[in-house]
Amino acid sequence: MEKLAVQKGFNVEEVRKDFPILHTKVYDRNLIYLDNGATAQKPQVVIDAIDTFYAKENANIHRGVHFLSQHSTGLYEEARNTIQRYINAENSYQVLFTKGTTDSINLVAFSFGELVKEGDEIIISAMEHHSNIVPWQMLCERKGAVLKVIPMSTKGELDLDAYQNMLNEKTKLVSVTHISNALGTVNPVKEMIAQAHAVGAKFLVDGAQSMQHTTVDVQDLDCDFFAFSGHKVFGPTGVGVLYGKEDVLNAMPPYQGGGDMIKTVTFEKTTYNELPHKFEAGTPNIVGGIALGTAFEYLSTFDFEAVEAYEKELLDYATAELKKIPEIEFYGEAENKVSVISFLVKGQHPYDVGSLLDKLGIAVRTGHHCAQPVMDFYSIPGTIRASFAFYNTKEEVDILITGLKRVITMLS
Amino acid sequence: MSIKEKEEEIVDEFAIYSDWMEKYEYIIELGKDLPLIDEKYKVEEKLIKGCQSQVWLHAEKEGDVMKFTADSDAIITKGIIALLIRVLNNESPADVAKADLAFLQEIGLQEHLSPTRANGLVSMVKKMKMEAIQNA
Repeated sequence: MEKLAVQKGFNVEEVRKDFPILHTKVYDRNLIYLDNGATAQKPQVVIDAIDTFYAKENANIHRGVHFLSQHSTGLYEEARNTIQRYINAENSYQVLFTKGTTDSINLVAFSFGELVKEGDEIIISAMEHHSNIVPWQMLCERKGAVLKVIPMSTKGELDLDAYQNMLNEKTKLVSVTHISNALGTVNPVKEMIAQAHAVGAKFLVDGAQSMQHTTVDVQDLDCDFFAFSGHKVFGPTGVGVLYGKEDVLNAMPPYQGGGDMIKTVTFEKTTYNELPHKFEAGTPNIVGGIALGTAFEYLSTFDFEAVEAYEKELLDYATAELKKIPEIEFYGEAENKVSVISFLVKGQHPYDVGSLLDKLGIAVRTGHHCAQPVMDFYSIPGTIRASFAFYNTKEEVDILITGLKRVITMLS
Repeated sequence: MSIKEKEEEIVDEFAIYSDWMEKYEYIIELGKDLPLIDEKYKVEEKLIKGCQSQVWLHAEKEGDVMKFTADSDAIITKGIIALLIRVLNNESPADVAKADLAFLQEIGLQEHLSPTRANGLVSMVKKMKMEAIQNA
């Protein structure tokens, strides 16, 4: 793909042209896609990268001497380099390709988990999604470690004093979401990382929701691990990344055994390959990795300050318009949040509201957002979530508002 | 009236609605009119937990036929329950067990019976049939 120049400012109408799906219809209505927290849509360059790979470039990587294999290996490793540059990792071999955020977290829970002993403590937070809860529960069960949970306020902000008090020399790892998928809260992970390091604990940032909305510099954050999914950053499904600090990754045993992760294999003894291959057993999602690289090349063309300002404008506008509807109750009103709005219509089930909005062409998520403890915290079965990406518009917010008013009339 | 005849009657009723929202207005009405399940059956063992909405189902055999009452916390789910009950109530266990409920496809509501919706309806239909088989 040709190198694209960074655009100045942000023009949503131009950006929308890059995403073919935004111009499709559902039930004969224009699609209003407000479920970007679940997955983001793909720009044409990503779709083309997938297409071109299978049409012209497909071969297995890291093992052939023939032309195509060398070429596809080059593309795959170049994608790793692109991601390294984008997140400012020290070295490209610290960027591990995985299946996604869940896989990245499980890798750490298993491999880093091998270094965890009975009585050690793992800290997560009250606003985690299931992927950042269950792997740690499984680890604690396996090793006899203790899981601690940072509480949050009704506004959806973490109790940082409680966090400080939880940290001690037994804390082995803290794993907290950068941005809450259910509430939109942006957590102050940089400060939290420094606090964890002060007691010698490692820190994993779950970046599943953050890369879509903001830029990330892993060295500036000083995190030990950073996990994210490709499909939420405009790349394909089935691929994701785990960034890790070099010394931490080197100290960890491999996760899965198989091809590519070995140096030598005999029936008596196998020696393991170096980073990143040590953690990448088997033929990976080659096309996924390459197209994820393309997604980041595409993102690199944006002036992200302008993107963030635009998303903030969209969030403020949507919040203000929703507030005008008296039946709306908000969940998650943190001071620092991204363009994710969780709400309920008083007296109405989210399933009903979501099903009717769907028939108006409006895609929102309803339910517990794979974060049941968050719903339990508010004693609700779930919420309706409108999550905006930079390609959404104020006109789409207006359609959501009109749709909601119509739905409320129908249901009451 | 046989199950097939009742299904055809529902398909005819829905044929007058050209617009999705009209169709759903009718479903909401049905949901509101659904005779409520006896409070004593709204208990844990009658509960079918969905990811999105929940359903309570009580089934019994009265004479030769099955009797169903149900409820849900979501009104659209309730509306679809009302249709299912209308079709399967007062039918023999054997007929309930083999009903294919194709009318839902015809009126465009099959998506609510897709497992991805996780609204409890798929499990409810399964349970209606299980109860029928047990009572056959």
